[in-house]
Amino acid sequence: MTMSYGRTPSQTIGPFFHRALVRNGGNDLTARGAAGVQIVIEGRVIDGDGLPVADAMVEIWQANAAGRYDHPEDRQDKRLDPNFHGFGRTATDAEGYFRFRTVKPGPVRETGDFTQAPHINVSIFARGLLNRLVTRIYFPDEPLNATDPVLSAVPGPRRPTLIARRVGEELANRFSFDVILQGGAETVFLDL
Amino acid sequence: MITPAGYRRTEPGENPRLDWREYESTRKRVPIHAPIRLEHTLSEITGPRTWAVATPADADLTHFNGGEALGERIIVAGRVLDDNGRPLPDTLIEIWQANSAGRYAHEVDTHDAPLDPHYSGVGRVITDAHGAYRFTTIKPGAYPWRNHPNAWRPAHIHFSLFGPAFATRLVTQMYFAGDPLLLLDPIFNSIPDQSARNRLVAAFDLGTTMPGYALGYRFDFVLRGPEGTPAG
Repeated sequence: MTMSYGRTPSQTIGPFFHRALVRNGGNDLTARGAAGVQIVIEGRVIDGDGLPVADAMVEIWQANAAGRYDHPEDRQDKRLDPNFHGFGRTATDAEGYFRFRTVKPGPVRETGDFTQAPHINVSIFARGLLNRLVTRIYFPDEPLNATDPVLSAVPGPRRPTLIARRVGEELANRFSFDVILQGGAETVFLDL
Repeated sequence: MITPAGYRRTEPGENPRLDWREYESTRKRVPIHAPIRLEHTLSEITGPRTWAVATPADADLTHFNGGEALGERIIVAGRVLDDNGRPLPDTLIEIWQANSAGRYAHEVDTHDAPLDPHYSGVGRVITDAHGAYRFTTIKPGAYPWRNHPNAWRPAHIHFSLFGPAFATRLVTQMYFAGDPLLLLDPIFNSIPDQSARNRLVAAFDLGTTMPGYALGYRFDFVLRGPEGTPAG
């Protein structure tokens, strides 16, 4: 067993983070003209009583339209998009809503030739959460969902909590994704 | 295609229990189902790189709005490392805190204590090539909250860090050694392992202290490191 330095524990973000962390435009990942299909994802953060969580922070991290992350550890032979960095951050409003404008991520190829279906990685921080919660947003009607390793690890009945719902007609490219923190319809959260 | 190794898992007890009921706000917000274990993929071993800039003014919270903040000036300095002991350069640290009277410049803070027009309580700093950071601020005051009768938060500074990957993201709070409120604080006490808990307590450091100007505190952050790398 190798010795390791003691890691710093997590604490709650509390209710007072907005000025330090949330800036206008932080929820628009397309502002610089990213390549790909523009999409809007909106949803609510809901507590165990079905009430909106008005003081949560939601962060997303995703690959570009070609399925490549803007990061040196991603060595896939795919192009980077100089106008897309893949990170977004926003706070929920008084009704618990959050919204991101981004591009639809491409599939990400991993070791052993398996491929992850297009998805967006999500962190949720809030008063009452002593550590962040992590989940993923997948997309409906994606053939790769059937073989995605993360979706496959989730029991079938709970899998739909990870798949965004299309809102309106197909060309509108609007999706809805609610984060239900607690209860029967609870969102699947992931242990990293 | 080679996916590099994942990040080391945290040990039981080193992070707070999410369902720590002494902290009232957990009750309707904490999931009932256990999280599903995720083997790390490219999605977790990559992460947002430092997208923000930080000027020297962003690391000095004692001057704001054309004037000097009231309270005890302090310097907080240290390093950001991974758990292999490797320094993490170019890591963004975002900072927020109450003023010296225990009041946040935030509309939901209704504590009957004065705001300071020359203190926003917001800062940011980026670690240098050796993983080091340093900022100047005002020692925050304790403040009451509604968690339980006569509840007070110990003096603390909030921090948000990214590190090199989605897996290394950390939001935490730093406390001050000797604060009698620590033993009574449900948020601090939510960490089961006492030695892990005590890693959130900054130590007074004469070497960091600037003579005639401000007391110094040392505080190192240790983020998860890549698995399978020998300790440095």
